[in-house]
Amino acid sequence: MKLALDQSRIDAARAAAARIARAVHAEAMTRTTVAVERATLRLFGLDGVDVDYVPLPNRVVDHLAAEGLLGHGAALPFAGAMLEHGLDVQALGEAVAQGRITLTLPRDIPAARAKARALAQTACARIRANVATREDKLESAALQRTPWLYLIVATGNIYEDITQARAAAQQGADVIAVIRSTGQSLLDYVPYGATTEGFGGTYATQENFRLMRAALDEVGDELGRYIRLTNYCSGLCMPEIAAMGALERLDMMLNDAMYGIIFRDINLQRTFIDQFFSRMVNAYAGIIINTGEDNYLTTADAYEAAHTVLASQLINEQFAALSGMAPELMGLGHAFEINPALENGFLWELAHAQLVRQVFPDAPLKYMPPTKYMTGNIFKGHVQDALFNAVGAMTGQHIQLLGMMTEAIHTPFLQDRFLGIENARYVFDTMRDLGEELSITPGGRIERRAQEVLAQAQAMLEEIEAIGLPAAIGRGQFADIARQSDGGKGLAGVVTRAEGYFNPFPELMLPESLEGGPA
Amino acid sequence: MSNSAKTNIVRPYGDTLDDGRVQMSFTLPVPHSEEAKEAARQLALKMGLDDPAVVHAAPMGPDFTLFVVYGQCRHSIDMDTITVDQPEFEVLDKAAIDALIADSLGRKLVVVGACIETDAHTVGIDAIMNAKGFNGHKGLESYHEVRAVNLGAQVDSADLVRRVIAERADVLLVSQVVTQKDIHVVNLRRLRQELDRAGLGQDLIVVAGGPRITHELARELGYDAGFGPGSYAEDVASFAMQEWLRRHGHQRGRQRGERP
Ligand code: B12
Repeated sequence: MKLALDQSRIDAARAAAARIARAVHAEAMTRTTVAVERATLRLFGLDGVDVDYVPLPNRVVDHLAAEGLLGHGAALPFAGAMLEHGLDVQALGEAVAQGRITLTLPRDIPAARAKARALAQTACARIRANVATREDKLESAALQRTPWLYLIVATGNIYEDITQARAAAQQGADVIAVIRSTGQSLLDYVPYGATTEGFGGTYATQENFRLMRAALDEVGDELGRYIRLTNYCSGLCMPEIAAMGALERLDMMLNDAMYGIIFRDINLQRTFIDQFFSRMVNAYAGIIINTGEDNYLTTADAYEAAHTVLASQLINEQFAALSGMAPELMGLGHAFEINPALENGFLWELAHAQLVRQVFPDAPLKYMPPTKYMTGNIFKGHVQDALFNAVGAMTGQHIQLLGMMTEAIHTPFLQDRFLGIENARYVFDTMRDLGEELSITPGGRIERRAQEVLAQAQAMLEEIEAIGLPAAIGRGQFADIARQSDGGKGLAGVVTRAEGYFNPFPELMLPESLEGGPA
Repeated sequence: MSNSAKTNIVRPYGDTLDDGRVQMSFTLPVPHSEEAKEAARQLALKMGLDDPAVVHAAPMGPDFTLFVVYGQCRHSIDMDTITVDQPEFEVLDKAAIDALIADSLGRKLVVVGACIETDAHTVGIDAIMNAKGFNGHKGLESYHEVRAVNLGAQVDSADLVRRVIAERADVLLVSQVVTQKDIHVVNLRRLRQELDRAGLGQDLIVVAGGPRITHELARELGYDAGFGPGSYAEDVASFAMQEWLRRHGHQRGRQRGERP
């Protein structure tokens, strides 16, 4: 099943997206954020909280900000103080938090640099070991056919999540995503320890990551499969959560260059800086990112706004490339969200899904189920999900987030997941090679629709290039939601880099081709 | 047997009047086995189903079993005893609502809307307020005689109350979508307290809405009305205007009429 598409349009759209991303990136690289610096300290191994449950990375970074040193980055003052006082990472962090040590710019900068590099190399070694473990486990596990079955757990309690995740894996899930608690994205710190209370999801903490990883490894070993684990990088702590994910061997992370800005009203400048660092860490850790274009279609109309999804995917692709990410890790998102009452809606869903497949041939696309038009009619909902699965099977999607027939009512029950998996397996098996057998009528409705969306996406990107991405977001070009450059949460955490700013991770994590760049 | 038509007593209908047939599905946290099926059957009996039949039982991993059960419901309901608390109003169309406002207020009706506290779902309140509306029903922004101020999502209750005062709102629309652990009830209570503390008890018409909001719940929480799924701008606007008239009567231009 192939659409005839004008390759020159795809190339032009991609080139425009590359220029859009580079302009934003160059600007972003003149600054750093509290979250990037906290992530750096976390990668060095700093963890734990003070008596008020404030994480030590926050305490140290706040201290640096108060001392007016944050523009230099956390790495040099921290590594320098380790040398000066002969303390390890944790001991120094505690001493700073207790006010026993005041950080300064090191006298011996080259020595501090070398120390920071050594700390970073230790982190990189641990992450590489995680990558090797994943590869080993994948090698000995049964091959997973695509689309992978991606299931959500969201009880609010990590131990209950583990019960649900085990059951989902036993039922056939390939990927488990732990949904985060409502509002975590707006916390400017990462909660600590195992948590049992969350609204609509479970807090992303390093301990929760570790617990779920261990549980999925255990059930995976029993089943002879490797169960991938997903969590969310989005929010004010993108870089830190990426670091935690890398350290605890997560396999996928929600990571969108613009989602926080648009859907969480997080400051735009902050987000562009944070997403760079977090994706760099994701890429180094071999973590597949999931972008959030599906969300556009909940606030905007899925038919009218189809081109905004493609335009955003192209932008996300270019930002990811600037973070050193290979296409094989770019789980670009899209969704089956057309109003079921629209005549021929299924044709348009096919057109959109196949278009994305062809524009990003190497990306492990993440296809999202109907949500907005799911209702209390669970019977109809099950049919909507089956049609969604049919498109996924026919267009060769890679990661299929399974629809739940109870989507409009509650976070999934155990049986909802089971029925969702049964639905998907049935459709994927019965339609396994259908896509290869069919051809799309040349010049027919489906092809014309795909061409139209491609042309609109190209036009949109050219318009964005002319005014710049921040201005385009300011006009509400994505999801019908407008955000301004100096609005939103977290701007206070953005700092201009001082002369001599240093962070050891880009030179270790970025591929050589990018390393010499503005990073 | 079948005298329900006369007495208005009803039971579930499968394919014959009063057969009482219902279906349901549920999970038991036990391995799939004959004992598990029998447990499901006995559970259905306890729920008031006669002749329950476990028509489907499927293992969901080693520890859980899914059941689909049919049975005949023993219970019946007398329709004559049913009352439902519903907002009282007649649905007018957009033009009639505009005319009514122009006629009775002599100025624009000020409507402030928000989805409050931690809840980030805007689509519901947007469906009611934004010009585009929902499912072909235009939103309040497009009403000539309405000044609609949509504050979006995650609006803090105290901030909202300040805005209501600053905008001199006639009507406040509050959306709540996330209901896990009854967070919507907690949030709506908090807002009600803030409103009372600010002395906005009397004049302001306060309406709650969302997929799990009923009129009854809204009334219980001290709101004037509650609107659930499938509501549109004209429903809320009709209610709000008719409620306004109930409170103020037709006093063209005199009710705080000095305002532009
Ligand atoms: C779109 C969506 C989102 C989008 C929201 C985008 C946006 N800007 O709004 C995003 C992706 C951001 C999102 C996030 C989350 N979501 Co959500 N989301 C949905 C979804 C798919 C559709 C909701 C929707 O837009 N419906 C369409 C509108 C038009 O319908 P409506 O809201 O019911 O509104 C109508 C009526 O209720 C009424 N109405 C509504 N408000 C008002 C107000 C007044 C005054 C009046 C008169 C009428 C009225 O009129 C409207 C028109 O008829 C639902 C599932 C579903 N199908 O319902 C889940 C759902 C609501 N989300 C859910 C959850 C759990 C979340 C998260 C907590 C997940 C997480 N852990 O991250 C977060 C919450 C973030 C937060 N802080 O709130 C759950 C809620 C479960 C529950 N019962 O508590 C649902 C049911 C999905 C699920 N099965 O888990 N979500």
